[in-house]
Amino acid sequence: MAETIHLEVVTPKGAVISDDVDIVTAPGYGGEFGVLANHAAMLSTIKIGVMTYRKAEQERRIMVSGGFCEVSNNQITFLVESAEVGEKIDVDRAMRAKERAEKRLAAAATQKEKINQTRAEAALHRALARLRVAGRSE
Amino acid sequence: MPSLKDVKTKITGVKKTSQITKAMNMVASAKLRGAQQRIEDFRPYAEKFQFAMGNMAGSVDPAQYPLMAVREAKKVELVIVSSDRGLCGSFNAHIFKLADKEIARFESEGKEVSIVCVGKKAAAYFRKSGKVRIKYADLMGSFQMFNAREIAQDVAANFLAGESDQVEMIYSRFVSVAMQKPTVATLLPISPEAHVGETAEAAVSQDYIYEPSAEEIMDVLLPLYMNVTVYRSMLEVSASEHAARMTAMDNATNACGDIVHNLTLVYNKARQSGITAELMDIVGGAEALKG
Repeated sequence: MAETIHLEVVTPKGAVISDDVDIVTAPGYGGEFGVLANHAAMLSTIKIGVMTYRKAEQERRIMVSGGFCEVSNNQITFLVESAEVGEKIDVDRAMRAKERAEKRLAAAATQKEKINQTRAEAALHRALARLRVAGRSE
Repeated sequence: MPSLKDVKTKITGVKKTSQITKAMNMVASAKLRGAQQRIEDFRPYAEKFQFAMGNMAGSVDPAQYPLMAVREAKKVELVIVSSDRGLCGSFNAHIFKLADKEIARFESEGKEVSIVCVGKKAAAYFRKSGKVRIKYADLMGSFQMFNAREIAQDVAANFLAGESDQVEMIYSRFVSVAMQKPTVATLLPISPEAHVGETAEAAVSQDYIYEPSAEEIMDVLLPLYMNVTVYRSMLEVSASEHAARMTAMDNATNACGDIVHNLTLVYNKARQSGITAELMDIVGGAEALKG
């Protein structure tokens, strides 16, 4: 049995995961990074995307939106705005959100509305991450 | 002896009041459920955040970040969080009592005190003190993070501009439905160790790998930490408020029951004495006719 690291995912709406896992992969500031047991203390911002962790040969994916993560004392803590596990994602809603965001982006490109564009981009990223987690992306 | 009609009107009045207090009790308990859920969901996040900040604070130089810089406190700002509505017993009074105590303490130390009021009741209470810098009202009912952000940004800007050297927050911590505890917590300068208290684990300082740089992370995290702290205090107050109102209204409903009981006794006595007087009249009249 390999060594494990304690993973915690906490959002303002409550704790999502608290488990001992083998490996965690997360979308960090400078790209994806993986964390194994006894990792050095680290602090990184987290982008909207898919976080995966593996426990006993089973891989699970979670959609995370912006926040940060802290690694210390063989414990990794994600503090993010929202986190959703695959089964709980409403695929239809994510699909609709994706289409809506794409439309807005197209509209924003012509009107040059900066704020709406950033918002639509974030919405699109979230929708895409949700779909990836739910296993329904192209 | 009050007249029969007066007593009857009074009984009806008290009964109506008890209907209202009973309804308020039920509304408060329904709202409490929501508010309690929110604060209980949010607490793990806030505590983890504090813990992470506590770890980090040990490994960075406080002087480097304006929000963490400790200055000699000449001007103290108090952020007082209260409810927007009354009829919740001594809930707000307890917060203000603590606030008055703190104000007196700071002023006796020769410090200037300014107040930021969150919630209508605080604004009304401190209106005449002349210390209120800014007030936020009508936002305790909506649980919106951006309200907290607005307050945090304003307080931070004031701190950075040198208008205040220390910011204390006074709010009521929701311990249980039966207990709410007025609390003082330092908001600025940010010194996470001071907050760690509740989480038993001690903060350990170690060298962190920062991704991106420590400066960039701190630029994001420190304001976010303030938002979280302010937001948490607002959630605590709103849960406490509903709990306090529930208890107060329950007491009021019971008191109404007691009053109705006593008034009914008075009413019955008055009615009986009326009947006795009438009987005496009849008997007296009959005696006179006999004579």
